[in-house]
Amino acid sequence: MPDVQSMVVEFVNKLRKRKIEGSQATAKYTVELLRSVISQHRVPHANQAAALIDAVKAVGEQLVAANPVELAVGNVVRRVLHIIREEDLSLTTAAMAGLDLLDASDDDDEDNCKGIGYPAMSAAVVAAARSTLRPPSLQTLLEGTPESATVPYTSSSGADSESKTADKSSITRKLKHDVIEGVNQLIHEIAGCHEQIAEQAIEHIHQNEVILTLGSSRTVLEFLCAAKEKKRSFRVFVAEGAPRYQGHLLAKELVARGLQTTVITDSAVFAMISRVNMVIIGAHAVMANGGVIGPVGVNMAALAAQKHAVPFVVLAGSHKLCPLYPHNPEVLLNELRSPSELLDFGEFSDCLDFGAGSGSPLLQVVNPTFDYVPPNLVSLFITDTGGHNPSYMYRLIADYYSADDLVM
Amino acid sequence: MESRRNPRAVVDPKVRQVGFFTSSQPDSTQQQQQQPDPIASASSPPVSTISPSGNSLSPVMIPPPRHNSSDTFPLRGAAAAAASAVSPSSFSYSSRRDFPDGSMTASPGRVSRGSFIKSYVPVASSLPGVGIDSMAAAKSSSVPATGLTTVSVVNMPPGLSEEVQSDQKNNSKSLKEKTTKAERRALQEAQRAAKAAAKAEGGGKVPPVTSGSVAGTSVKAAKTAKPTSQKNDVVVAAGPSEKKGGPSEKDRKKDAPHPRMQYDDESRVVKAKRRAVVKQTEAKNRVELFRHLPQYEHGTQLPDLETKFFQLDPMHPAVYKVGLQYLSGDISGGNARCIAMLQAFQEVVKDYSTPPEKTLNRDMTAKISSYVSFLIECRPLSVSMGNAIRFVKNRIAKLPITLSESEAKAALQSDIEMFINEKIIVADNVIVKHAVTKIRDGDVLLTYGSPTAVEMVLLRAHELRKKFRVLVVDSRPKLEGQLLLRRLIKRGINCTYTHINAISYIMHEVTKVFLGASSVLSNGTVYSRVGTACVAMVANAFRVPVLVCCEAYKFHERVQLDSICSNELGDPNAISKVRGREDINYLDGLTNNANLQFLNLMYDATPSDYISMIITDYGMVPPTSVPVIVREYQKEHVLV
Repeated sequence: MPDVQSMVVEFVNKLRKRKIEGSQATAKYTVELLRSVISQHRVPHANQAAALIDAVKAVGEQLVAANPVELAVGNVVRRVLHIIREEDLSLTTAAMAGLDLLDASDDDDEDNCKGIGYPAMSAAVVAAARSTLRPPSLQTLLEGTPESATVPYTSSSGADSESKTADKSSITRKLKHDVIEGVNQLIHEIAGCHEQIAEQAIEHIHQNEVILTLGSSRTVLEFLCAAKEKKRSFRVFVAEGAPRYQGHLLAKELVARGLQTTVITDSAVFAMISRVNMVIIGAHAVMANGGVIGPVGVNMAALAAQKHAVPFVVLAGSHKLCPLYPHNPEVLLNELRSPSELLDFGEFSDCLDFGAGSGSPLLQVVNPTFDYVPPNLVSLFITDTGGHNPSYMYRLIADYYSADDLVM
Repeated sequence: MESRRNPRAVVDPKVRQVGFFTSSQPDSTQQQQQQPDPIASASSPPVSTISPSGNSLSPVMIPPPRHNSSDTFPLRGAAAAAASAVSPSSFSYSSRRDFPDGSMTASPGRVSRGSFIKSYVPVASSLPGVGIDSMAAAKSSSVPATGLTTVSVVNMPPGLSEEVQSDQKNNSKSLKEKTTKAERRALQEAQRAAKAAAKAEGGGKVPPVTSGSVAGTSVKAAKTAKPTSQKNDVVVAAGPSEKKGGPSEKDRKKDAPHPRMQYDDESRVVKAKRRAVVKQTEAKNRVELFRHLPQYEHGTQLPDLETKFFQLDPMHPAVYKVGLQYLSGDISGGNARCIAMLQAFQEVVKDYSTPPEKTLNRDMTAKISSYVSFLIECRPLSVSMGNAIRFVKNRIAKLPITLSESEAKAALQSDIEMFINEKIIVADNVIVKHAVTKIRDGDVLLTYGSPTAVEMVLLRAHELRKKFRVLVVDSRPKLEGQLLLRRLIKRGINCTYTHINAISYIMHEVTKVFLGASSVLSNGTVYSRVGTACVAMVANAFRVPVLVCCEAYKFHERVQLDSICSNELGDPNAISKVRGREDINYLDGLTNNANLQFLNLMYDATPSDYISMIITDYGMVPPTSVPVIVREYQKEHVLV
């Protein structure tokens, strides 16, 4: 336990100090941390799923609080919770099915268990199953709250568990094992989302295309390189992304892979967009309404693309899908970085306000990190499960998350 | 920052109230009242004495009822002329004396934009309405059209007048002014009428007045008067005067393609290179889309040229110096560049002496052309410079052949002086006056880059104690916004600084966007510092009005739809290296990679639908009215 706790603290510190950046890296760290949390969590005999969920939630809350702008953390925590719920459900349904079918062949304590507990709560299990698999529907709402449905089940199974320790522990191990299996799959998915997305590149990029991109995203890099490997020849314009110059980084890697790359200033985006066939960007996060949070300057490019009817394509791995609907995301889901990236401190230091509150400062410097693109400016999302419209995002999100976890 | 934008309804509805002269009624009446009486009366006689048809050429009848023959109209036109031309004088004319021969010409080194503004703004605002005589001089010269025609026709031997007329016709045609038949007839009519009037006047010996001391007489009248007395001396020199129409036209032809030379046309490039003084080396890695634009290695040829400074005899040192300043980027900004060039030309004119066997008109035009092509080698011309050059050449071509050399030189110098004062300095003051009315208390104004006109507007509004905040948006690689920021902060204006990428973030708070322009093209497109289009677009998306401040001499009849067909390429290496950020060095050592290009565009074209209003010295107009101003202004250009 203590080592997990220290790992959590360490990761929280990293997040807080913004040592880890980029949604993919954060997602990977988070999910690995959660895996060790789950594996080291001593599950009580009773109510294993709820205990695991509580543990993951507790850690998740800390992580989210450490960097609320990094939505990938919350996404991954929710994904893990969803996995736990699903595994738990499949276990219980399997157990029930087994009981129904192999009634006689099972040993007597199972029999006993069935006799006492299950009939009473089978309806609740079904309700819980519905609520986890098919999140918010009118039916689940009518049938009662899922929370109350799970509680009697666990309490009842806890009540009669004293005598069957050995068997229970095997079930516990089974649940934990399944959950960790699921989390491993998630890790695999996060690591492999680039390839999944890049595989689709060839369907979207044609010969002699001119592509504009901005910011530095590994997904975009892999996407473009995948098309290049398939012998498509095209040209990439990279906007440099002024205060952070992520575009330079991307350009360097593109050139290293042999792509025709042109670096332009951010201000030239509008001038060049009329000769561009497609804008491809990597998202920081995709919101449930289909809006995109991306590197700063993206909204400008999206508006220019709309003006010239250029498709605006967003690449996003599924760990970037955030089940929340944004409110005023330009401000609330943004982060202001140091003014020193824009201005030298020395020169304007007497005008800047350093938080000392000495009167009203003459000069303010704004250096946001992210930009929000409303869904109506996005033409297409390419995720690891294929291409989707912005309006379909909410549905995709319902596949990945359970409705109980939306508010953590 | 916490309080986001208030409901949009607050936004000034007046922005849509665009008109030609002023924003509001009271303001225009104020102007009329402000303008000194003697001037108003002085300005009208020269115009009104000439026949109404002559008046139809007046550049100031905007909007012009084309074939209006009613008697009342010319007078109204004249009054309008007075209003538009004089009104600026009411608060700033004193500057024309102090400024040109004072601070500007005296500072030979770097004419940076900051010093430029400082040098004349305070003067303009602190000494209102002094120097009526100079005002009168300027006034009279701005009285359009008739003056010059009078001069040229009167001094011609009778046989030549036809020549001159056709010459003028050609001029106007070659300027691609689409004149209708009726208009051409009107032009001829006007010239004939002017001739008649001038004959009456010239025969009736206008006394040679010292320029501008008497309010009632125009400078032009003084010029006409002198030559008549000296006619005999000049006639000899004016022997081959029937060729007079030739050089200017040829030069114009020669001149016209230069700014728009297509650099993917190899034969022409080779030809141009042979002539070139500045041996620019071509950049290796060029962007395919921009083959038609020149792209050179920067910073390599400057030392070389500096050493040549004392060896170049065909080049006038003043021009050479200005050229080098363009090359090194010491002078930038449309107005500063234009003024520097015109002042260099003034020097040229001052030191000029006609070589034997040549006429002043032809030789000087050729000289100017060669200087211009040198300046183009240093840096492509801006539209404003092109217009100024056109003006200078026109004036040279139109110099009466009967003038003695010294007089011609004096006339030219004063013409150039007048152009600087009237079209740039006074125009800026008028723009400031108009634009300030658009700034209200509590406004949050956004500006991009470092436009001189907007800076003057902001400073003036601050002087008027309006309470507003300025968002300075900047972009790489020039970071001109920092210079503006420095100057604004020095004056105590509240500023917020950011890069263009963050524009959507801050646009929420903005109530008005003020932009500058390098040029306004006749389809309403604003051709300006790269990034302006982005700012205007985002402002448009956020329903924030966009106001463009631009002097009318920067208007051009060209049209442009994108930023690619005509543009200027800056130093590509400025992109790969980030000034002041040593940690950003991803692209070091990759600059020669064949797969990597850097594109440093200098300008972009903002579509007219993003622009709410253009503030010019003719008033505040919607972008759709640009062609009207261009047409009227070009007319003035040709005929003044």
